[in-house]
Amino acid sequence: MLHGLIERLRQKKRTAAYPGKPPVLPERFRGLPLIAEAACQTGSCGKACASACPTGAIQTHDNGLSLDLGLCIFCAACASACPHAAISFSREYRLAGTSREHLVIRAGRCGQAEDNPGDIPLLVPLDRKLRSMFSRSLKLREISAAGCNACEADCNALGNILFDVQRFGIDFVASPRHADALLITGPLPKNMRLAVQKCHAAAPNPKIIIAAGTCAISGGLFRNLSGQGKGVPELFKPDLYIPGCPPHPFTILDGLLRLLGRI
Amino acid sequence: MAQFITLTNGGSCPAEAVPVLRYDDFAACLKDEVHAGAGICSFFGVPHARQLRLYIVLVKKDEATLAAGAMDVGQSYAALTPEFPALHLFEREIYEQFSVLPQGHSRLKPVRFDGTDSPQVGDMDFFKAEGNDVHEVAVGPIHAGVIECGHFRFQCLGEIVLHLEISLGYHHRGLEACFNQNPQKNALPLMETLAGDSSIAHAWAFSTLRESLNHTAVTRRAQTIRAIALELERLANHTGDLGALAGDMGYLPTASFCGRLRGDFLNMTAMLCGNRFGRGLVAPGGVNFDLEEALCLHLEKKLRPAARDVYGAVDLLWETPSVTSRMMEIGVVPEQAARDLGLAGPAARASGLRRDVRITHPLPGLQESQLTMQVEKSGDVYARARIRLDEIHESVSFILRELGGLHGQAEPLRAGSAGAPGVYGRPSTFGAALVEGWRGEICHTALTDAAGRLQRYKIVDPSFRNWIGLALAMRGGQISDFPLCNKSFNLSYCGVDL
Ligand code: SF4
Repeated sequence: MLHGLIERLRQKKRTAAYPGKPPVLPERFRGLPLIAEAACQTGSCGKACASACPTGAIQTHDNGLSLDLGLCIFCAACASACPHAAISFSREYRLAGTSREHLVIRAGRCGQAEDNPGDIPLLVPLDRKLRSMFSRSLKLREISAAGCNACEADCNALGNILFDVQRFGIDFVASPRHADALLITGPLPKNMRLAVQKCHAAAPNPKIIIAAGTCAISGGLFRNLSGQGKGVPELFKPDLYIPGCPPHPFTILDGLLRLLGRI
Repeated sequence: MAQFITLTNGGSCPAEAVPVLRYDDFAACLKDEVHAGAGICSFFGVPHARQLRLYIVLVKKDEATLAAGAMDVGQSYAALTPEFPALHLFEREIYEQFSVLPQGHSRLKPVRFDGTDSPQVGDMDFFKAEGNDVHEVAVGPIHAGVIECGHFRFQCLGEIVLHLEISLGYHHRGLEACFNQNPQKNALPLMETLAGDSSIAHAWAFSTLRESLNHTAVTRRAQTIRAIALELERLANHTGDLGALAGDMGYLPTASFCGRLRGDFLNMTAMLCGNRFGRGLVAPGGVNFDLEEALCLHLEKKLRPAARDVYGAVDLLWETPSVTSRMMEIGVVPEQAARDLGLAGPAARASGLRRDVRITHPLPGLQESQLTMQVEKSGDVYARARIRLDEIHESVSFILRELGGLHGQAEPLRAGSAGAPGVYGRPSTFGAALVEGWRGEICHTALTDAAGRLQRYKIVDPSFRNWIGLALAMRGGQISDFPLCNKSFNLSYCGVDL
């Protein structure tokens, strides 16, 4: 008992200063990709980036290229393949968005420049009514729809004392009946479909659908395999997309807090 | 007398050098090897001239080598499971994948529900106990926590579990089949997401085979960086498991300390390669990121206090009698059962098996790892927890030693070339690689065709061998012990479902 107390004092308070202070991510962290328009010479380079990409996230166009965060696994194969060093990765961890289109980076912008003035994917918070219901208490039912356990692990991490998601009134619950939102990870292959549908039906309305991780958004690496995992949108329209392979816990937390209008 | 061929770990040989034996000889060789203490790592089918060729890979006990052999079977053959129970799931898998019937196998149920005429996933003829007071408990596929999916079916008499049957396949994504067509550019990322908490281990096994089949010699430096990353992976998961065990016992201080510390180890991996799960670090030929002197020092500065905190957090468990007694004699897997069923990793070592390929079958360049094998006897939750703590100590000293040794070694990080598209390696070659991941030994086997393309790529995650251990551990126990037993194994669903 005494030892427990001493150890508790020794291990100190560890909760992150976030959101008061921005998180410090490792130097080699790969966040939002940057495309240097001036350097990119699609056409003359044989589209090296697109052919290196394992998930087909990159499309080339006459006037440059587009990179879909909803397919990207942040492997940086494109960056190494590009002979003009036109692609690089920033440490920007704020990747979540509310519309699928805004996950596509084109001409240095996420989505069409007109409707998304920011340089990260557009995230429109919940409307007033939903916010009044959920912004101070959001219960998540996480479903691993054939995730590889990395997304699951980093969702779990949100509950540890560093991220301490409960301080925002957000928590994971066991029963879909107690859930305000379904947070789905994994490509949702055919063997998971029925279970996810049943879980969805069991959660009361209104409910928020969150697709966390590239697999959940599009099936990612698995979309063309025989298991037919093409992501959450095959079944329901997500209200929030959180790209990453897996998304960093701060990426998830940031998405949730902005959706709730908390930051 | 017929014999299996001997290979080194991570080695390869011409495909025709793998002896194709008659059934009786195959069974006799297998018996000799298993009696001499060899463990079964992999057993799989490859269609061959309108028959099915079954390959086996074994890890020898007293020599640092592997053994491999094959036999051809037609529509059916006498099941090997009755004599070698460790093959039970392998034969089920072969039946599901190729409809070749192992006659005399008593439970030919689906494994992944991926056959063309497979029933709906989970639709299985579960073993049933009968009697007035017997009841059944069904759990999953979706579990209460933030965890992967699978179905558990308990047959209970009151609180006592008579039998637990585990039905998986929910995470089946179609991973293995896609390698059998060809290594696309997504092969390596797929390896890293096959079982996400073992990204480094699977990527390493894959890369080792690719190197072996292309005669690529990896530098000592690259191999050392991989080994450090593998131990960081082990540290993160072992720490997380100890915390989760504490949580399930209701001992919250350790649960919350370890939850944070697990993240610290993941962050160290991210310092190395940018991703908390080590994605992007290992690649055929070596590694993509260096551990420069400054980073070594930085890592060391993070590792020492984190290790100290883990010891502090976990020692609390061992100082608290109500905690240790909760773990003792719960979920016991006797040594003989562990051996017969072919368990791997900490689960095997907790039952007294001396199995750790880092020590017995080190990969090239890592012969002097100075790791000590951690073995326990009691085979219970306590032993599986203790092994983890002892392995944490080992891994920490290993990393500190190796970080010191990295200074001043100027060696390239990547060797070899990518090779022609579609070509995997030398034509008509067979290779096998074992990597001791945190859950146990991972076995990858590759077979190329006459053009050097992949004909078959077989992945065996230790979970494939260990789920049956969990089922056995529950027999005769209280159903309320299930969460604790389950955590003490902490197996992967997607590693089995592929
Ligand atoms: S980083 Fe993303 S876009 Fe670039 S190659 Fe990898 S998956 Fe494709």
